[in-house]
Amino acid sequence: MKYILSCFLSFLMVSPALAEIEITEVTSPGGITAWLVPEPSIPFVSLEIRFKGGASLDLPEERGATNLMVGLLEEGAGDMDAQGFAQATEELAASFGYSASDDAVSVSARFLSENRDDAVDLLRKTLVEPRFDEAAIARVRAQVMSGLRSDATDPDAIVGAEFDRIMFGDHPYGSHYEGTLDSVAALTREDLVDAWKGALARDRVYVSAAGDITPEELAGLLDGLLGDLPETGRPQPADVDVQASSGITVIPFDTPQSVALFGHEGIPMDDPDFFPAYVMNVVLGGGGFEARLMTEVREKRGLTYGVYTYLANKEHASLIAGRVASANNRVAEAVQVITDEWAKMAQDGVTQEELDQAKTYLTGSYPLRFDGNGPIAEILVGMQMDDFPIDYAKTRNEKVEAVTMEDVQRVAERLLKPDSLRFVVVGQPEGLPDSAEVVTAPGQ
Amino acid sequence: MLRRALLAAALSASALTAQALETKEPVTTFTLDNGMEVVVIEDHRAPAVMHMVWYRAGSADENAGSSGVAHFLEHLLFKGTEKREPGEFSKVVAANGGSDNAFTSYDYTGYFQRIASDRLDLMMEMEADRMVNLQLDEGDIATERDVIIEERNTRVENDPGALFSEQRSAAQYLNHRYGVPIIGWRHEMEALNLEKALAFYELNYSPNNAILIVAGDATPEEVRRLAEKHYGPIPANPELEARSRPQEPPQTAERRLVYRDARVAQPYVMRTYLAPERDSGAQEKAAALVMLSEILGGGQTSILTQKLQFETQKAVYTSAFYDATSLDDTTFGLIVVPAEGVSLQEAEDAMDATVAQFIEEGVDQEQLDRIKFQMKAQQIYARDSSDSIARRYGSALTAGLTVEDVQAWPDVLQAVTADDVIEAARAVFDKKKSVTGWLMASEEVGQ
Repeated sequence: MKYILSCFLSFLMVSPALAEIEITEVTSPGGITAWLVPEPSIPFVSLEIRFKGGASLDLPEERGATNLMVGLLEEGAGDMDAQGFAQATEELAASFGYSASDDAVSVSARFLSENRDDAVDLLRKTLVEPRFDEAAIARVRAQVMSGLRSDATDPDAIVGAEFDRIMFGDHPYGSHYEGTLDSVAALTREDLVDAWKGALARDRVYVSAAGDITPEELAGLLDGLLGDLPETGRPQPADVDVQASSGITVIPFDTPQSVALFGHEGIPMDDPDFFPAYVMNVVLGGGGFEARLMTEVREKRGLTYGVYTYLANKEHASLIAGRVASANNRVAEAVQVITDEWAKMAQDGVTQEELDQAKTYLTGSYPLRFDGNGPIAEILVGMQMDDFPIDYAKTRNEKVEAVTMEDVQRVAERLLKPDSLRFVVVGQPEGLPDSAEVVTAPGQ
Repeated sequence: MLRRALLAAALSASALTAQALETKEPVTTFTLDNGMEVVVIEDHRAPAVMHMVWYRAGSADENAGSSGVAHFLEHLLFKGTEKREPGEFSKVVAANGGSDNAFTSYDYTGYFQRIASDRLDLMMEMEADRMVNLQLDEGDIATERDVIIEERNTRVENDPGALFSEQRSAAQYLNHRYGVPIIGWRHEMEALNLEKALAFYELNYSPNNAILIVAGDATPEEVRRLAEKHYGPIPANPELEARSRPQEPPQTAERRLVYRDARVAQPYVMRTYLAPERDSGAQEKAAALVMLSEILGGGQTSILTQKLQFETQKAVYTSAFYDATSLDDTTFGLIVVPAEGVSLQEAEDAMDATVAQFIEEGVDQEQLDRIKFQMKAQQIYARDSSDSIARRYGSALTAGLTVEDVQAWPDVLQAVTADDVIEAARAVFDKKKSVTGWLMASEEVGQ
């Protein structure tokens, strides 16, 4: 088996040419830039827009305002009410998606070449002329609150909220971007208008497109689409230091399977050791069935259906974190195995075979991500949000290839801190150490 | 005014779209001598392929008492063969920059790898190997059985909506195996063993029960050459018989159930009706039901949304759903999530009244035209993902449909008339064939 594997590895270094994807930067007469991959073979365009800041721009007493505001962008704009807008969208067979997250307001659009101008005009109205009708506010507010009530009895939502609170404290990341039942109930139309003006501004916008459109055509529509937005909005939030310390927090909840999140401070993307850390994480828990945690927790012991870790690089904080779910009477063993693996990798790093395998996986799979206009547009806008250079896709695999055993050893020792590793467990876990701290979920 | 201008644009556009669609999907099909069907979907934009093998065997093909064995076997196929150690399959895929996984449903089990196109040869060699050379021992069985039970915990036991759905399906099907969960009943999963897994494997995993689908950067000639090399030498299984599963008797009694769970914060009502599925050469009824589900519940301008969310505001969410692609009788469903202060009884009554009124008043022709135009556009958008075209063919071919049926389907949908929709609605909304379920919090904390 080893022999066969090393054969594959040697000819794998020839990565598919797809990483040579050509990205064009276009700039509108009004100064708005966008990244584009033209692909004329299918007559439609995928367009992605991001406004950096997102729900973290909420004022503290108006938590959930950005999320509710974003939910209302498709509920009436210009001379159309919610139904009018929906009908107009259907008549064009376009689709417009709006969402809020901790770091961004995201707009994803897809429209046919044959009615592109009408579709862009419709999209423009939702961004520049949203109506925030009282009837629509009441309707969408009720939907958000229904979701929040469900979250209060959903193990994943419960554990996520407590984990964020522990990691980020009073920073906006420490509370749920959708707000609470009380905060959402109290939001006024004026709050929503302010949130809109605060979040959708030209100084924080990123645009990408892929599909049947030329650079000239894209440059020509950007000013019409976004030019009427305000120049600036609310100030961006500050960076936050991750606040975890080692230990286990338990939130009692009557459900058969415990869900646990775990993690501590991570590593910023602009750190010189980011790529070694990225490769290390693939070996630890990020690379599917082959990762150590999958092998130890699932394949060898059958303790879970899935366990994984990831580097969470948010705009203002970095984490290394993971998730596991195990039956209440088995989760203690899963927690122990994960803790041991954390310590083991901090101490010993990875093996040469693991490193080689992680690198070939990462370099080989990277080009496969660029499969279609939709995924390409999303990757392009993500690269801009992360301040990557436009030729990043061409150099990314070289950075992975350059990672050495020494790099991984160094970063494992520096990044993985068994003494800071915090577990948050929701369920009725049995057999956890007595030191585990029991807290009550909000709303229980 | 804008509405009208846009509609005019849409109508002129639809003519253009129809033209664009005359170029058919780039699909080639052929059959190997051992009976293995092959579908090649070409998309040369990127040097990557999706390699899939679908077996015409899913949970509804299991024997009574062995529920979950189809899915259990799916997991076990990642253990070793005579040539490969346990876990080596996925390891080789990953070492070649690919990703792999598998899925099980009522009518099929499927395996796939997404990978650079120059690795297709290797993928076929490995997939053909585990079609017939699986090697399992008791140790694999015990650990993997724990894994699927944790999977059941994750997907079902921790989710009251999923538990409710199991009870509802069991009540819907009086005799058919669609009433048994794909993942299995827990007590039967706990009793799954090597013998049961191998029995399912040996009967169902053979080339004459399999469909090879390759989507992406590969030519039909190349796929044929590689398929003949790797899958061609595997003999057909002569013991494999035509699929015939226990069918439903006439359903003559309306069923109602209430599922209570303390973890439910947002109650809702769900109704399903037994409904016909797409049949080979006769997809018209199913097409009308697809249109019916779009008209009733497909988005902001649909009937249920308009009436219950916008006009009366009795609901925070409504939907209609219909799974047209199924080997045997399927279901048509309606969901209403009531607004705060609205009881489930009120929600259900409002749902029934809305459907009755719709049948009485008939179809809004403009709405039907909009839906058809969107479906045409969907065919353009769908070309962006050859993977999803592959899944569309796989699920149809394992549900008794042919390549011709799949290719005719868009035209069958376009041919549905307003009268067809109403006729389909009258036929399907038969309370005697229905299950109405209420999902509620436990009485102690109920509203």
